[in-house]
Amino acid sequence: MADLSTNLAGIKSPNPFWLASAPPTNSGYQIMKAFDAGWGGAVWKTLGVPVVNVSSRYGSLNYRDTRMMGFNNIELITDRNLSDNLREIEEVKKRFPHHAVIASLMVETREEWHQIVKDAENAGADGLELNFGCPHGMCERGMGSAVGQEPKVLKTIVGWVKEVATKPVIVKLTPNISDITRPAQAAQDGGGDAISLINTIQSIVGVDIDNFVAFPVVDGKSTNGGYCGPAVKPIAMNMLKNCAQHPGFKIPISGIGGIENWRDAVEFILLGATSVQVCTAVMHYGFGIIREMIVGLEQYMDEKGFKTLDDFRGKALPNIMHWEDLNLKYKVVADIHEEKCIGCQLCYTACEDGAHQAISLSNDPLNRIPNIIEENCVGCNLCSLVCPVEGCITMERRDDGTEKITWKERTLAGNIPVKFNDDLAGGLHHWVPQPGEALTKPKPKHYQAK
Amino acid sequence: MSEFPPPKSEADFEKNFSQIKPLMNETEAYYESSRCLYCYDAPCITACPTGIDIPTFIRQINTKNNIGSAKTIYDSNYFGYACGKVCPTEVLCEGACVYNNQNVKPIEIGRLQSYATAAAMDSGKKLYVMGAPNAKRIAIIGAGPAGISCACELRLAGCEVIVYEAKERPSGLTVHGVAPYKITNKEALDEMVYLEKQFGFKINYNSPIKTNKDLENLENKFDAIFIAIGLGSTSSLNIPGENLENCFGAVEFVEELRMNHHKIKVPSKVVVLGGGNTAMDAASESARMGAEEVTLAYRRSHDSMGAYDFEYDLAKGVGVKGMFNISPVEITGDGKVSGVKFIRTSESDGKLKDIPGTEFTITCDWVIKATGQSKQKDLLSSIKGLVLDEKGRIKVLAETFQTGNPKFFAAGDAVSGGQEVVNAAADGKKAGIAIAKYLL
Repeated sequence: MADLSTNLAGIKSPNPFWLASAPPTNSGYQIMKAFDAGWGGAVWKTLGVPVVNVSSRYGSLNYRDTRMMGFNNIELITDRNLSDNLREIEEVKKRFPHHAVIASLMVETREEWHQIVKDAENAGADGLELNFGCPHGMCERGMGSAVGQEPKVLKTIVGWVKEVATKPVIVKLTPNISDITRPAQAAQDGGGDAISLINTIQSIVGVDIDNFVAFPVVDGKSTNGGYCGPAVKPIAMNMLKNCAQHPGFKIPISGIGGIENWRDAVEFILLGATSVQVCTAVMHYGFGIIREMIVGLEQYMDEKGFKTLDDFRGKALPNIMHWEDLNLKYKVVADIHEEKCIGCQLCYTACEDGAHQAISLSNDPLNRIPNIIEENCVGCNLCSLVCPVEGCITMERRDDGTEKITWKERTLAGNIPVKFNDDLAGGLHHWVPQPGEALTKPKPKHYQAK
Repeated sequence: MSEFPPPKSEADFEKNFSQIKPLMNETEAYYESSRCLYCYDAPCITACPTGIDIPTFIRQINTKNNIGSAKTIYDSNYFGYACGKVCPTEVLCEGACVYNNQNVKPIEIGRLQSYATAAAMDSGKKLYVMGAPNAKRIAIIGAGPAGISCACELRLAGCEVIVYEAKERPSGLTVHGVAPYKITNKEALDEMVYLEKQFGFKINYNSPIKTNKDLENLENKFDAIFIAIGLGSTSSLNIPGENLENCFGAVEFVEELRMNHHKIKVPSKVVVLGGGNTAMDAASESARMGAEEVTLAYRRSHDSMGAYDFEYDLAKGVGVKGMFNISPVEITGDGKVSGVKFIRTSESDGKLKDIPGTEFTITCDWVIKATGQSKQKDLLSSIKGLVLDEKGRIKVLAETFQTGNPKFFAAGDAVSGGQEVVNAAADGKKAGIAIAKYLL
């Protein structure tokens, strides 16, 4: 049976599923309920000088009938008094001694940092998370992402914390920066024990087109928020990979960003995450989603023969390389499995208009199954991505696997295009229709402009 | 006691005839519109006789542009709302939906169509600007789907249009002939009001064109005349007993029912003769009106029925019993109907033969004949140059719907011999375009 127990820089939890510092961890009530449901850890909603919040705080990006594909908020750190939060931390730890309770912190001066670190540790927190990520409101006051965007300042503050901290210190990073490895390295250099990423991405989640104001609306006005939810997962995973692969970067990483189910968690762990933190999915579906996450992760590990999380942590990292190291001789082409095709022809129009004109239609109007023009197929995957039927379009390997050459190797061999018009241009032998053919090709009757 | 207690009030009637395609609410429309794949050269468009750009109108619903969606629908079909409810979508757009090919439920195109057009009607917004008046005047005979569609198109072109309608309501079979569980009277008529207000054609009700003199009058006053008179009453079977009390045509029964609802009393035992969609409607409706035993008798086999499978299923679903390969030889009774005498039949090479000695009688209180409608030959044959085919249908030129008399155009059931509302709407619209082109 798979062992899900997790240890991030000394912070132990029964499983890698933690609640991220956010509205679901606003109170001891919520965190006890979460632990009771099965969550392994929780990062308390950021403690500091309590704030005053606005009314109307969240906005959503819906895609067709999928709600909250992306989610944005303009809520600040805790608006509750420190003493209340500390008392509740103590209570939670007493009732759940083996679960991880991490205090997220955000203050300004060295003295404040010293005081709040001691307070949190005295209350029983297993670790501290420094909130250098919040990209709205708090950053205007010189905190949150304002720190995360200045590696030197970040390192200094981590140093202040480490002057008094006895528990592991996690530095939470903002993605609102061009190179995530710089603040990550600064966190390590300052003595941080771990990092967590990503915090939210600065965003305008939508605009009310009738009243000419962005969402969420506060008395007819709005402000940028922090973006999260499933839509940010690819960005988070890339930043996780960048840090995990960064030479000299050694401290563990808690992964955050759009994690909603066991598959997401596995992906983050394969990219090097030690624990994963979840917020939006809980705000959408409640703590109960943990049932599916734990069972799914266990089942995956059992099927793959992984006994502990360490067995597959970072396992995908060696296979993520620079583009120049990819094999230029590898060749796949699309294959349409006719027996599954429903004839929507989305692959046709996607390839024809959006890719490489490598799919044709039958001359028989009753036959709606498209055909791959193999010599034109560059193996881009697009058709298989738009196809609404499971397993209908697959990508089939066509090279025999014996040849391998990379861009780097070709560069060294002087075998790359270097002129604007060069015989080595990759697209040179790929058939491209004449521009005028676009206008003479038969098109569906209803596509004529009215 | 039958499954459906005989309705005693309008509320009872509505319960017995609850809509099989009820109007969607906003949430349902949003979720259903989200499912559309937006196929390339979508098969649903090809399957629609009016060629509505279905993926576009569905996408417009999904982007909360219901008025734009309605415009897309009305651009192709002026009976957009009605067709959403009464079209046999199972064999048209929804039958062509590619989801069917993986046994996934097809998009509910009909209900989405009614949803969008209902939103436009509720808003009262005008979707069209009429063309500048061009002094051409057109008379249209019949305010059914063909006539009204033609009227809309001619008004767009700037022509003056007067519609002559024999009955006191517009929309033809939509309100008089379709089964009440497909569309309510109010729904059918509301769309007519919406169109009339927007397009500004004039309808003269209770104004049948019956005589040569009526026709001459029109010819003198108008630049063109569009014949959209549909079909006549139920044709005779030419068997004994047809004139007995309680033996009547399905078209007449449905119209009575549509106009008088619960005030119609349907007796306990009903025999419906025929195998077409009208027969299915009449049988279903008899059952829903409280008849305890409804027998659908068709002289050929089940597989030869003209009715759509889903229509027969609807009838079976309310308890109608189907009997096949039995042919009526006599309506029995003394003054009133007491039964129908049948003879069993067999088919070989498509030819129907009676099997001697197999006569039997089914007792009943009513006989409803759904055995086709007659053509209005008398009036039509008096129009100079106008030619009817061997079945009494008006011959027209395929693209222009012009009859043998260049001043007369025709479309709808009078030309097709009896099709769906959507076919008449499609052809009426095309005819309108052709008439405008001919005159201008």
